[in-house]
Amino acid sequence: MRINPRIVDKAMSICLSSQAFFTVGILIVIIAIICIKGFPYISFEFLFSSPEDMGRHGGIFPSIIGTIFLVFLSILLATPLGVGTAIYLTEYTKESRFTKIIRFGVESLAGIPSILYGLFGFIFFVIKLKMGWSLLAGVLTLTIMILPTIIRTSEEAIKSVPRNLRIVSYSLSATKWETVIKVVLPSAVPGILTGIMLSVGRAVGETAAVIFTMGSSLRLPTSLMDSGRTMAVHFYILAREGISMEKAYATSLILVLSILSINIIAYYIMNKVISKYS
Amino acid sequence: MDKKIQVERLKVFFEKNEVLKGISIDVYRNQITGFMGPAGSGKSTLISTFNRMIDFEENVRIEGKVYIDSIDIINGDVNGVDLRRQIGTVFAVPIPLPRSVYDNIAYGPRLKGISDREELNKLVEDSLRKAFLWEEMKDRLNISALKLSGGQQQRLCLARTLALKPEIILLDEPCSGLDPISTAKIEDALSELKKDYTIILVSNNTKQIARISDYSAFFYLGELIEYGTTEKVFTNPSRKQTEDYISGKFG
Repeated sequence: MRINPRIVDKAMSICLSSQAFFTVGILIVIIAIICIKGFPYISFEFLFSSPEDMGRHGGIFPSIIGTIFLVFLSILLATPLGVGTAIYLTEYTKESRFTKIIRFGVESLAGIPSILYGLFGFIFFVIKLKMGWSLLAGVLTLTIMILPTIIRTSEEAIKSVPRNLRIVSYSLSATKWETVIKVVLPSAVPGILTGIMLSVGRAVGETAAVIFTMGSSLRLPTSLMDSGRTMAVHFYILAREGISMEKAYATSLILVLSILSINIIAYYIMNKVISKYS
Repeated sequence: MDKKIQVERLKVFFEKNEVLKGISIDVYRNQITGFMGPAGSGKSTLISTFNRMIDFEENVRIEGKVYIDSIDIINGDVNGVDLRRQIGTVFAVPIPLPRSVYDNIAYGPRLKGISDREELNKLVEDSLRKAFLWEEMKDRLNISALKLSGGQQQRLCLARTLALKPEIILLDEPCSGLDPISTAKIEDALSELKKDYTIILVSNNTKQIARISDYSAFFYLGELIEYGTTEKVFTNPSRKQTEDYISGKFG
């Protein structure tokens, strides 16, 4: 006998909504703990002064700057490389064994644990190319690490732009490149930005790959060859070495807030583009 | 009469499938030439060779000659981009680009390098007027083209093509998805436009061909069955197949 369909629907609705609440609930609890434990220690001084006594006292200014430089420069390098690769794979080649191999490689790279990228960066950039623990070595390593994500998401976004739009653009005497720049990319921007945002999140929160390549100096990095410490690394060391849980929570709160604000800015840019090209 | 396009023994193969089986036809300047025939007759393939849009299809082989103003565009050293400035296309489904009405029409001219605002404004207005769309759009140039109705979108596509200042306009079943009033507006626009352009209208709608075209061609399974003045083809067709198609017995 068939179970009363209305009961099934009701039961499934309750089941699925409780799953959703459970997921969001965990997120809220984590953020709440970070806020409650970290908020009391956040002050102007915490944000804008240097750490003292290994971070037991003072602020996190150098690691804020270190994080911004590292993430900004990595994204700046990885975005044109990744989007360019995606354009090449989707617009300039036919599906062949060659593109399949590239795509397979990209997918495999996306699944590699970050510590392996860290070790590679350490051996190749830090030791072999004699960069030492430096912002530059960190940037290059993170660029390689986030490239696969940007390539894959950009490729999907570009593929989802209707073929008709390209045909119309060609029929109006556009070249392939003009079509890519004026029609394909604007329509793909939301998808590409999503990939970039995922990558920003990964880069901001990365510790293993960063410690190996950028080091963990507490000084303010002033050049590409300086070592430095990101907020995530700072947080990791504070907590792991038992230096100061208060400062660790305060650092993680700033970390969470900065990811949040980056996301808000990205959505703002996305809406600007969408309203122009719709 | 002056020949704008001359096709000589044109064959087109998709892989091993012969889609056009040696077509020869002359298209006259400043006339509307109607291409009709059932699906699979090769009429759309034929016009896609004129502006080399066929280059974007895969596994295509072309034999024969197509002269436009006496230049062989199949075998000669012809650049597709330049060719498409000369030959505009309007597709069966209106495909507005995702941007404003103004930017849609200015798309082609901007590619040509026109950036002067005055000049663009004038081009946009002229093109919209010729497509019988100016009165409806003059206060709404900055709204998204996606918000227009189907009929308006198709006239926008016509205006966008006109803005390129082509010499030839190819229309591939431009009214297939439109209501009778929108269709009438497009037909009115075309009848005006033939003074300045050579127009090829591909359609399944024999009545439409009869109404507005000066010359009519009937294609069937990749062959040109009949070609002549519209009056001759519709009142006194020389082939049985043409008569059957026009009278609605098949197709």
